[in-house]
Amino acid sequence: MVQRVAARTLERRIRISKAMVALCGVALALALVPLFAILFTLVQKGLRWWNIDFFTQTPQFPSLLDPNQIGGISNAIVGSLVIDGVAALFAIPIGVVAGLFLAESTSRFARVLRTTAEIMTGLPSILLGIFAYQMIVIGFDEWGVKLPGIGFSAIAGSFAIGILMIPIIMKAAEAALRGVPATIREAGLALGARRGVIARRVVIPTALPGLVTAVLLAFSRAVGETAPILWVIGASTVVSWNPRKEMASMPLQIFQSATSPYLSLREEAWGIALLLVVIVLVINLGSRLFAAWLQKERR
Amino acid sequence: MAEVLPTSPPTALSNPLLTGEPKRFSVKSDLAHWGVLYGASGLFALICAVFLISIIVSSIPAWRHSGLSIIYGRVWSQASNSFGALPIIAGTLATTAIALFFAIPIGIGAALAIVHVLPDRLRIVLSSLVELLAAVPSVVYGLWGLLVLAPWFERTVEPDLARVTGSKFPFQAPPEGVSLLLAGCVLFIMVLPMIVALSRDAISVVPHDQFEGALSVGATKWQVVRKVVLPGARTGVVGAVTLATARALGETVAVAMVIGLNPLFPSSLFSTASTLASTIALQFQDATPLQVAALGALALILMAMTAIVNWFGRRLISASAFRAGAI
Repeated sequence: MVQRVAARTLERRIRISKAMVALCGVALALALVPLFAILFTLVQKGLRWWNIDFFTQTPQFPSLLDPNQIGGISNAIVGSLVIDGVAALFAIPIGVVAGLFLAESTSRFARVLRTTAEIMTGLPSILLGIFAYQMIVIGFDEWGVKLPGIGFSAIAGSFAIGILMIPIIMKAAEAALRGVPATIREAGLALGARRGVIARRVVIPTALPGLVTAVLLAFSRAVGETAPILWVIGASTVVSWNPRKEMASMPLQIFQSATSPYLSLREEAWGIALLLVVIVLVINLGSRLFAAWLQKERR
Repeated sequence: MAEVLPTSPPTALSNPLLTGEPKRFSVKSDLAHWGVLYGASGLFALICAVFLISIIVSSIPAWRHSGLSIIYGRVWSQASNSFGALPIIAGTLATTAIALFFAIPIGIGAALAIVHVLPDRLRIVLSSLVELLAAVPSVVYGLWGLLVLAPWFERTVEPDLARVTGSKFPFQAPPEGVSLLLAGCVLFIMVLPMIVALSRDAISVVPHDQFEGALSVGATKWQVVRKVVLPGARTGVVGAVTLATARALGETVAVAMVIGLNPLFPSSLFSTASTLASTIALQFQDATPLQVAALGALALILMAMTAIVNWFGRRLISASAFRAGAI
């Protein structure tokens, strides 16, 4: 009886199952369409901008005589380097050490800090732009506390980007450091080593592949961020290495060019976007490959 | 999403503890170690506290000026210093809803396909492709949305939709390209990798013997997925969707480029609109001090929304990971 009922519905059930499995496959295909569409457009429209001038010249305002004469983006490349470099300079130590704290401490403060870091990574980065504007650009003057602002500068951008990086590094570093077997740590303690020595010479070296991945992933996220630096780094059309000066940056340049009324600038945005995506993907893939290689090397 | 890398214990010869100078290992207090750790953590905590205070303080003049009508007021006009953010909040929720409408079925379907349909080798390749999609900076999505999708929407998608639906609500013409619908679709593409990656993780920790057990009593593959896999992964999948919601609510630059920044209630899917984050992004630069404060109030609203949704999502994800570990 049961078998007969089962046999009667079997064909229908199999048909439905096959249809739904096919639908899942269609969903996956649909999910990948944008990736290939974006990459295709980037290469198709961006690659022709890549010449020596694009990387070495500073931008020119498109003139009436020759609207295609728009120079290069060397100022934005250097600006991104300075802004993200300074940000990494203070975000990496704070992030890694705070990550070590999360991995080693079981205190209440550590639990609260972990939740704070998780919420911070999910907050819209534009909020950090407001923060940097209030603290660095115009300065803080409330309740008798007075911090002078230093105006539009690369430092203001670094401040926002660095704060964006810290919680990302913290969480990923914690995961990497927790992966270090407790037995190694305990062996160090049994030999009479101080916790500081164990951390510096055992735990961190062992977790190095994971830490490198953590830092590089946070950096690749930071390189592409536009919102936090929208109105804090000012604007500059010259190459400048001084972090207290106003600066340009690649993601911001894409935003400004894409929304500008000049056709040539809008087209050039593809060239910058291609460069940015290549940088981000190289860091992203590179960090994973490097970590895998380091892991293999040690075995 | 950095993986925890498995680590192998160093061999005795490479153990740094055995090669250093003996006197370095005398038992002393760990005070310096904890000092450094608490120093860095305290600094981060301090930054977060000052961050929160700074956003609140920056918005105070606006609350003094308009009171709670910032939240329920219907007119947002910089020119007349009228700050009612209800249309902007509505725009934020509408774009997020459009994004999730597409992203939930496609994202979960794709995750199911990755875990239960594809052969192993392809699974790794496609998983990394989806993660690459997550790494593309949001300004590039905005650029693509503005220069490629917007003209296509204006010429093809929106007129066709209007024709098919007879221009009834919410599909009234005129098609504008840059619109609520476009912003929602760009957001959909941006949150999709997040939903796929996180639900893939949740789906793949459902124990395989349950899957096989269900197959062995005669269930078809889809029946197993619907009755065993999805219920088992429910918490994690809902967590994934929640985190994606938080991301969609707060996405700034890409939306600012394709939404047209119109601080009125969107009357149709094809009309321009505005979101909290894009309004802050585009109006901050030329704002008077009072307007800056009003944008600070928007930031505070946005911060509260995303922080709550995010916290909730994180709890669901860790609850699902905990359950998977406990089984």
